[in-house]
Amino acid sequence: MYQNIRENLMNDVSVLIGGKAGDGINSAGALVAQLLNHLGYDIYFSIDYPSLIRGGHNFAIIRGSDHSIGTCWNPIDFVLALNNETIERHRDRYTPETTILFNADQVKSAGVGIPVNAILAGENAPAIMGNSAIIGGFAKAAGIEWDVVKTVFTASLPKGVDLNLKVAKRAYDQGEKIHRVSTGTKLPRPLFTGNEAIGIGMVKGGLEAYVSYPMTPSSTLLHFLAEYQEKFGITVVHPENEIAVILMALGFAYTGKRSGVGTSGGGFCLMTEGLSLAGMAELPLVLVVSQRTGPSTGLPTYTGQSDLQFVLHAGQGEYPRLIVAPGDAQQALFWSEIAMNSAWKFQIPAFILADKTLSEGTYSINPSVLSDVPSGDSPGWPGTVPYLRYADVPSGISPLAFPGMKDAVIKVNSYAHDEAGITSEEAGVVEQMTRKRLRKWERLTAEMQGYPGVTLSGNPEASTALLCWGSTKGVCNEIASLLGLRVIQPIILSPFPAVQLKDAITGVTKLIAVEENATAQLATLAEQYGIVPDKRILRYDGRPFSPDDLLIKIKEVIV
Amino acid sequence: MTGRQLITNAQNTWCPGCGNFSIQHTLKNILAEMEQEGKSLDDIVLVSGIGCHAKMADYLNINSFYALHGRAIPVATGIKLGNPRLTVICCSGDGDSYAEGLDHLIFAAKRNIDITVIIHNNRVYGLTTGQYTPTSPLGFKGKSTPSGTAEYPFNPLELMLASGATYVARGYTKKMDLLKKLVMGGIAHKGFAFLDVLQICATFFPAADYYSPRVYELSDHDSTSFESACIKSREWDYNSDARIALGTFFTRSLPCFDDKMAVHEIEAKDRKQAIEELLRMRA
Repeated sequence: MYQNIRENLMNDVSVLIGGKAGDGINSAGALVAQLLNHLGYDIYFSIDYPSLIRGGHNFAIIRGSDHSIGTCWNPIDFVLALNNETIERHRDRYTPETTILFNADQVKSAGVGIPVNAILAGENAPAIMGNSAIIGGFAKAAGIEWDVVKTVFTASLPKGVDLNLKVAKRAYDQGEKIHRVSTGTKLPRPLFTGNEAIGIGMVKGGLEAYVSYPMTPSSTLLHFLAEYQEKFGITVVHPENEIAVILMALGFAYTGKRSGVGTSGGGFCLMTEGLSLAGMAELPLVLVVSQRTGPSTGLPTYTGQSDLQFVLHAGQGEYPRLIVAPGDAQQALFWSEIAMNSAWKFQIPAFILADKTLSEGTYSINPSVLSDVPSGDSPGWPGTVPYLRYADVPSGISPLAFPGMKDAVIKVNSYAHDEAGITSEEAGVVEQMTRKRLRKWERLTAEMQGYPGVTLSGNPEASTALLCWGSTKGVCNEIASLLGLRVIQPIILSPFPAVQLKDAITGVTKLIAVEENATAQLATLAEQYGIVPDKRILRYDGRPFSPDDLLIKIKEVIV
Repeated sequence: MTGRQLITNAQNTWCPGCGNFSIQHTLKNILAEMEQEGKSLDDIVLVSGIGCHAKMADYLNINSFYALHGRAIPVATGIKLGNPRLTVICCSGDGDSYAEGLDHLIFAAKRNIDITVIIHNNRVYGLTTGQYTPTSPLGFKGKSTPSGTAEYPFNPLELMLASGATYVARGYTKKMDLLKKLVMGGIAHKGFAFLDVLQICATFFPAADYYSPRVYELSDHDSTSFESACIKSREWDYNSDARIALGTFFTRSLPCFDDKMAVHEIEAKDRKQAIEELLRMRA
C-alpha cells in the first residue's frame, strides 16, 4: 500500500528527527522545516514529546509537500538520529528508500554516520552546535544547495550564525548526495505554529491584554505574546491561577481593553465561574482553550478533542457564546480575529477551541490570502445621562461606556440586574434581561451565517463525506484526496451552523464522523440538528490520526 | 457646587445596626470630599465581591463592578492595569478574601498593585445566615459548626505583612473618624493598601461589647518599621483576650505593579507593521 501512497505523493518529503528531551529536537526540526520551506514546499511539522524536561524520547516529523498539509504519513524519507532509540523506535516507518543519518558518536546504525565530535573539535565549537552538523549532513544527503542552508541559518538562528554555518559546512562537504529531494514550486512562506497564528489573529483583532497561567498545550501562546508584547503594544500577565486569569481579563474588558485568556481543560475548569460572569455581566472576552488528552491531568503533552461538549456547556446559566475551532494555522489566524471582533460586537465570551496538534504544530501560511476581517465593535454611548449599562435596546446590544467617561456611572453586575446594572430580583426584570441576552444570541447566529463557518473540501460532489473539526481536517483532507471523498469541517461550533452544515451534506449518502475523542462529540452535537453521521471513526490514545491508519479505517467503512 | 447624588435609589437591605452603614457613610463622605477637591468621580471604580458588604456596589452611585465571591481583587487588579488613571477601591468580606479568594489577596499584596482593599471583617458569614469564617474565634458556634469550630482564626494583619502589603491598617465601624482617616490614607497610598475593618454583624456576631472596651488608637508607633508593625499586629490574635490596636500599622513606599507593567501603547499602523515584519521573518 505504501507504494500507492508514494505515487500519490510524488512531490513530498518527510524527515524524522529524534533524540532525548533536551537534545534540541524542536529547534533542529524548525531548521529542517525552513530548509524544505525554501525548497518550495508547503510545510507541516509536529513534535511528539513526553511530559518531562530531560531524558525521554522526543521526536519531530517535518513534512514538505506540493499541497497544503496538516498531517504526516508514517513512511519517512530521512531519519536524523541523535540517539539509538530513534533508530529502534521508528523502524516501522522505514522503507527501502529511507536514508538514515546519525550522530556517529552516539548511535550505532547502518546509514550515514556524522562524526559530530570531530567536526565540532575542528571548528572549536561548543557541543550545543552538534545539531548543525547533523543538519549539514542532511542537507548534502538530500541534495539541498549550500546557498539554501546559508540563507536559512542566517534567517533562523538568533545568534552564532557563522560558527553554526562552519560546523554545518564541514558535515556538508564530508557527506554525499543520496536521495535528492525535488524542488517545489512555491516561494518560501511564513511558518507558524497554531498558537502563534492564534496570537497574531487576536492581535489583528485588537488584543490589548493577554492573561494566562501556563498549561500545555496553551503555554506557547503565552510565551509568544510575552516575547512580542512590546512590538505589539500589549500587556501580558501571568497571575496566580486561572481563576485570577479570567477575572483579571474581565477587569481589563471593563476598562475597554480587548483581552484574551488561554488555557487547557484543567485550567478552563477553574475559569468557568468567570465565564458565567462574562455571560451575565455582558463583558467581552476571548478564551483560547487548547485541548489535550483528558480526563483530569490526562496526557499533558498529547492531543485530544474531548472538550467540545464541555466548552459548549461550561458555566451556569444561559447566555450566548461563540465557539470557533480552526483546523490549521491559516484558519487560526483568520478566526481568532473574528472571535475578538465578535466578542466586542456582541459583548460575549468567544472561544477559540484548539488542540495540541494545532497549537504546537507548525504550518505554512499563505500571506497573500490573509483576508481583511470586518472590524467589530459595540455601539458607543452617545453621552445621554443616566448611562444604562444594560439598556434594553432592540438588538440586545447595549451601548458601551468605560470608566473615566464623563458622567457615565458604569455598573456591571454578576447578580440579576436592571438596565442600570443594579441588583434586581423582580421577576419582570429578570425575564426582560434574559430576553435581552437571548436577542444577542439571535443576532450572533444571524451574523455568523455570513461567515464561512463550514468548509467544504476534497471532492465536493462525492456522496461519501468525512465530518471533522479542528486539526483532524488535515488528515481527513489527505485521505479524501486519495479516495475522492468530500470533507466537511464546521469551524463555528456555537451558534451551531445548522443551515450551512445541511447545505454541505447535500447529496451525501454516507457521512463518516472522524474525531479524536471516545464519544464522537461533534456527531452528538450535529445529531441535535438532525444531522446523523452513519459511521464514527474515533481515536482517543492521545495521538493524532495518522493518514495511514485513518485510510485503513475509512476503507473498512466505505466498502 | 452641586455634587453628584452619591447614594443610588436601590433599596437598602442591610439589617438595622449593621456595621456596613458606617463603611458606606465613610466612603460617601470621602467621595464627597474628593469631588469637592476637584477629583472627578468618573475616575473612581468600586469593586465588590459577594456578601453583605458587596451591596455597596448597588448603593454607591459610582462606577462599580459587582463581581464574584472571593474574586473582587483580581477584577480590581485587571481594572487598574487596564486603566492606571483610575482610583480602584475594593470592598471585600472576610469570607470573600480570607477564605474563597485568599490567594488573590496575598498576590495583590505581593505585587503591590495600587488598589485599596477594605475588608468588611464581621468574622461571620452574614448573607448565608451565620457560618464561621477564617477570623471567627476558636469554638465559634455557627450553623455549619454547631459544636464550635475546631480551628484557630488567622491574623490577617500578620498575613498581609508577610505577603508584602505596603499599607496595613485596622479600623472599627464604631470609630468612624479614624475609619475615614484610614480609608483616605489607603486611597492616597501609592501601592497596595490593606485595611481590615472590624465590623459589627448585628444579627450573627454583634461583638460591639467585646470590641469597644478593648480597642485603642495606635500612638507612638513607628509605622515605617516592619518589626514594630509585626509586634503590634501580634498583640491581638483575633482569638485570645487582648487590647486591640487600631490605626496604621505599616507603610512603605515601593514601586507599584501597575507602573512596572505599564505598556507603551503603539498605533494600529505600527502594530500592523510588526505583524508584517514577523511574517517576513518566518519565511
